[in-house]
Amino acid sequence: MGYKLTPAGLAALLDELVTSRRVFGPVRYAGKGRLAGTDLITYGPVKGLADVVWDARTTFSPKEVFFPVKESLFYFSHGEITESALKASEILETVVFLRACDLNAVTRLDKIFLENGPAADNYYARRRQHTHFVLMECQESFPGCFCVSMGTNRATGHQAALRPEGGYYLLQALAEPWLSLGERYGQPADVEPVWVQKNSLTVKVPDRVDTSLFQHELWREYSSRCIACGRCTLSCPTCSCFSVQDIFYRDNPERGERRRVWASCQIDGFTDMAGGHKVREDRGERMRFKVLHKIDDFRRRFGINMCVGCGRCEEVCPEYISFARCVNTLSQLMNGGAGA
Amino acid sequence: MIANQIANPYLPAPAQVLAIQPQTGVDYTFRLATDIEPAWGQFVEISLPGVGEAPISVSDAGPGYIELTIRRVGKVTTALHQLKPGDTVYLRGPYGSGFPRDEFAGHQLVVAAGGTGVAPVKGLINYYAGHPGELAGLNLLLGFKTPADILFRTDIERWQGLFPTILTVDQGQAGWLGKVGLVTEFVKEIPLKNDARIIVVGPPLMIKFTVAEFIKCQIKPEQIWVSLERRMHCGLGKCGHCKINDVYVCLEGPVFNYSRARDLVD
Ligand SMILES: Cc1cc2nc3c(=O)[nH]c(=O)nc-3n(C[C@H](O)[C@H](O)[C@H](O)COP(=O)(O)OP(=O)(O)OC[C@H]3O[C@@H](n4cnc5c(N)ncnc54)[C@H](O)[C@@H]3O)c2cc1C
Ligand code: SF4
Ligand code: SF4
Ligand code: FES
Repeated sequence: MGYKLTPAGLAALLDELVTSRRVFGPVRYAGKGRLAGTDLITYGPVKGLADVVWDARTTFSPKEVFFPVKESLFYFSHGEITESALKASEILETVVFLRACDLNAVTRLDKIFLENGPAADNYYARRRQHTHFVLMECQESFPGCFCVSMGTNRATGHQAALRPEGGYYLLQALAEPWLSLGERYGQPADVEPVWVQKNSLTVKVPDRVDTSLFQHELWREYSSRCIACGRCTLSCPTCSCFSVQDIFYRDNPERGERRRVWASCQIDGFTDMAGGHKVREDRGERMRFKVLHKIDDFRRRFGINMCVGCGRCEEVCPEYISFARCVNTLSQLMNGGAGA
Repeated sequence: MIANQIANPYLPAPAQVLAIQPQTGVDYTFRLATDIEPAWGQFVEISLPGVGEAPISVSDAGPGYIELTIRRVGKVTTALHQLKPGDTVYLRGPYGSGFPRDEFAGHQLVVAAGGTGVAPVKGLINYYAGHPGELAGLNLLLGFKTPADILFRTDIERWQGLFPTILTVDQGQAGWLGKVGLVTEFVKEIPLKNDARIIVVGPPLMIKFTVAEFIKCQIKPEQIWVSLERRMHCGLGKCGHCKINDVYVCLEGPVFNYSRARDLVD
């Protein structure tokens, strides 16, 4: 069902929504940007319509809502192990406003956490099962986006789609509570979602990448340029790696916890083993590992590419390393070309 | 899509330490009371709350217990070495692929193992010691750094009486009358049948060069199995640390047929 809402109508709708649900979306943190005097646009709690930023891409992705940077798995106390519980506020139904690329990214995270291996990840599942999505339609893409190339400019699995247009908001309600909210706060209207049809950037993913390219000199450029900061992986909506650590509480050494924290294949130590054995010490090798995971390995395992073309990794890289250019170079090499 | 209550695969179960047997100054074998029934070559995650968790191969198993042979190298392994019988550890698993017994049946089997690499094959060798008729011969090639590093001495003595066994050390020592040299140097001394099945386990370089020696002896990659070690944090295909190409060592490994392992490039 389609509805047309005035800004006041949508504001009232959201005011009602936040009384019973947690709502997250792109929000602005003034003065917190990477460069002096700039704002950080990223995911955060939405209290009302005024919080939602429509005209920018977020620096970080919405994955934190159901895959937190740090999560307690269980607590230890005097030989007892107690599974961590979610706070009452965390088991509320959760609504995330996101764009098509990021919604496609959720299906990638689901593959790892719910399907890969012998069992589903209960910590991911317990947050994910209460999380619902509202698609923020992109009429135009941002610089560096390549969702069309990745086939992630369209999405499914959301409860509603929304876009500002001509001074109104157009809502496509696909499920409750959006059908009744639309009924109450808007006017019925014909609403067809719009999808980005073209990005200024085109990326050609090679059909497959031969291991013969693993030693190619193209990777050597990254050996010196990449500083192994891991920002690219932190900002990526599809990166899912983590490390598990145990700690004792300093103020009460009888008690402690096992927790997980995000980890990155780009950062030193990711593969260190006992006896000093390491793999991919060279940063060019790590770049290769990351890029091939995103556009080759994952697809061979799950049938879809991992990368959703959001362009964030390139935007946050302090060394201006371009993922898109790397993939295009690979394609040319696989087709026998000389590379960019 | 998602069941409301799903089991917690990260939650370990307590297990009592039944016995601790030092093998060398730094390698201890722990016998733990548990119902886990691993296949040969599989591993478990063992942990001490507040210290951490480590993946360790099962070195032997029997009704109601498993054995782990653990080298003291860091935080978790050092804390484990301070335990006494009667103490509690935490276990989850078993995980990963094991050695394919069906592929070995009726063939000559050669086990080439270096250092702690003997641990994941000890249970398998002991099984064939009790069921020699299942194979057309078993040859052992075991290498350690020095005589002081030799693991499972009593088992090895028994195996020497049952199977052609080459025991070698990289560096001899006063009083050592046995063989000296790398495992790789002794591969050509093993009389190999055309259809022999080969297991190679040990440190990465030992695996690489030992496999190369077998291939020089006309053994095909498909006849060789290796066990790979990678950093692991979950054992469940989630954390990503153990991934090589499209393979998760904790899921599809640690045991791989070499025709697959040779294409895995870190
Ligand atoms: C499938 C598998 C089977 C194994 N079987 C055995 C075995 O039978 N016996 C045995 O003694 N060891 C075995 N290991 C190695 C063992 O897991 C590590 O020695 C152990 O995790 C080190 O833990 P630590 O806390 O004592 O060391 P730490 O204090 O964490 O670190 C010491 C060193 O160990 C490295 N390390 C940390 N975690 C791991 C890890 N998960 N895997 C490898 N290295 C790690 C660190 O990077 C560091 O270099 C196995 C590893 C794997 C992956
Ligand atoms: S690899 Fe880069 S462009 Fe692709 S999804 Fe991750 S952050 Fe976005
Ligand atoms: S953000 Fe750039 S410099 Fe940092 S790890 Fe990623 S590629 Fe390397
Ligand atoms: S150990 Fe975590 S994915 Fe293999």
